[in-house]
Amino acid sequence: MILRLAIGSLRARALTVGMTVLAIALSVALFLGVEKTRTGARASFADTISGTDLIVGARSGSVQLLLYSVFRIGNATNNVTWQSYQDIADRPEVDWIVPISLGDSHRQFRVMGTTPAFFEHYKYRGGRSLSISNSHGLQDLYDAVIGADVAETLGYAVGDPIVVSHGLASFTAHDDQPFRVAGIIAKTGTPVDRTVIVSLEAIEAIHVDWQSGAQIPGQSTPVDVIRNMDLKPTAITAALVGVESRLQIFGLQRWINEYPEEPLLAILPGVALSELWQIVGIAETALLGVSAMVVVTALLGMMAMIFSSLNERRREMAIWRAMGARPTTILGLLVCEAMLMAAIGAILGFALLYVGLMLAQPWVDAAFGIWLPIEAPTAREFWVMACVVGAAAIASLVPAIKAYRLSLADGMMVKI
Amino acid sequence: MTELALSMTDVSYAWPGRGGFAISCPTFEIGHAESVLLLGESGSGKSTLLSLVCGIVAAQSGSVVVDGTDLGAMRAGRRDRFRADRIGVIFQQFNLLPYARVADNILLPLRFAPARKARANDPLNEAARLCRALGLPDGVLSQPSGSLSVGQQQRVAVARALIGSPPLIVADEPTSALDAATQDSFLSLLFDQTNRAKSSLLMVSHDERLGERFDRVINLQDIVTTHRGTA
Repeated sequence: MILRLAIGSLRARALTVGMTVLAIALSVALFLGVEKTRTGARASFADTISGTDLIVGARSGSVQLLLYSVFRIGNATNNVTWQSYQDIADRPEVDWIVPISLGDSHRQFRVMGTTPAFFEHYKYRGGRSLSISNSHGLQDLYDAVIGADVAETLGYAVGDPIVVSHGLASFTAHDDQPFRVAGIIAKTGTPVDRTVIVSLEAIEAIHVDWQSGAQIPGQSTPVDVIRNMDLKPTAITAALVGVESRLQIFGLQRWINEYPEEPLLAILPGVALSELWQIVGIAETALLGVSAMVVVTALLGMMAMIFSSLNERRREMAIWRAMGARPTTILGLLVCEAMLMAAIGAILGFALLYVGLMLAQPWVDAAFGIWLPIEAPTAREFWVMACVVGAAAIASLVPAIKAYRLSLADGMMVKI
Repeated sequence: MTELALSMTDVSYAWPGRGGFAISCPTFEIGHAESVLLLGESGSGKSTLLSLVCGIVAAQSGSVVVDGTDLGAMRAGRRDRFRADRIGVIFQQFNLLPYARVADNILLPLRFAPARKARANDPLNEAARLCRALGLPDGVLSQPSGSLSVGQQQRVAVARALIGSPPLIVADEPTSALDAATQDSFLSLLFDQTNRAKSSLLMVSHDERLGERFDRVINLQDIVTTHRGTA
């Protein structure tokens, strides 16, 4: 009966209660949204590469190597010579090895030179392979396979010509050697979507007339001459390695890191990723902290609302008291009302979150390549809701104790 | 003792705080099923007296005995429960929780007093009977209290005070919000139902004309002295 009366009391003040509930709902949605984005980003990052045991590159930082080789963020400081690559490939522990050569771009997208083995061994989101439409991969020297975002953004179809630019954000184009779109990779939600993939030989081919990062003036080798040249690369940027047995990962890693001919670095993608999270974690914590403060602010707003309603409710409290309610019942009534508001707010916040996710999911995916899953609430989220309701109860104690005092001081005869 | 509904002896009380208002009441008694009208202007200590009678505040000295039970011997929580069980209260106006249905308002004191609930037998039926007897329209029980007229609200307040037949009904100027015509019929209904329940009635008013209906009329000044300032 008291609960029913509390609900009735809230309904009678629908406008102010509604605003308060809305504020709580928005703050809870924000908090959970930040949390969802955070976990979604982590999952997306973690899903980007799977099945690769080691990534090898020139010696730098493990996070840097991971970022430029897999996420196409930042640049390599140095290359790996083809000789080193061969030495690693010849190790008995190596099951497969895929070279990667980066450095050129097409419009805003990066160009990656690799071998057909890439399509075979690159796995994402728990072991899924890339699927390429209308193509058997890289057949011709000037074939390019493009990611889904590249095709969508630039409006490319299979057969279209594309010209690769030298370097990133540069004005010099390899326009003497145009490529042809040979295939489009189905959407993966990984950086592959934003990558133009060509063969390792093609990277060599477009740099035949180049030296030290600049075109040799007046020199332009005809395409048919290039086609007949030996296009064995001299260097690559990085390599993805799969081992025969997982037990051999650390042995091979040590061997590569101690490789005497050249300073190399081999990393385990998962370990590098967790190092990356340690760095990103500070920003995440700050973001969570800010959104938690928004929840606190909403609860403070509720507290102020209860406070301001106390005076007009003194009459109501006097009625309760005259009917035999103890002061603690009045305290309980106010706390109960606050918890109801917080609970409705939290549930509404959840609903807002899901509506927001449904609206934002395609956009976030397209803009940031982060896939925000829409799934049943996790235990953690229920815990967040319980915390909000609990915090509301605590916050409402302050005005409730005031009401308790008032009802003691007023007796049952309130002068109006 | 038990023939008295209320007995106050050498009671004094001062509200806490600086310059607190204080009253003292040497003796005041109401017999069983007796109706008493207390005449007093506002500021004459009637609110304090009613708070003492209802056990909302405890006398600092002396004794307040309601229906044979000394309120001073009880702790605050038990006094609240005792009030719910033994005393029906009617205010001047704004008696009801406006957001609650009439039925919830009438049954509210029973929520805090299981014994009174048991006396009411079938509370919802009893509430309906009281509403009928007080001339309230059918179906009023399920209406929100805020939608009733002031006169109807006061009658609902009577129904709430009388449900479960508490030995003492305390009414604080229940007619002052009503016009002269409704006042009269309201009082008739109040007396009918109070007599039927064999409850005593203590009413406070400043209107001497009401006096003829009551067994006794007492001036508040005659039983209570008030002090203000350092108590």
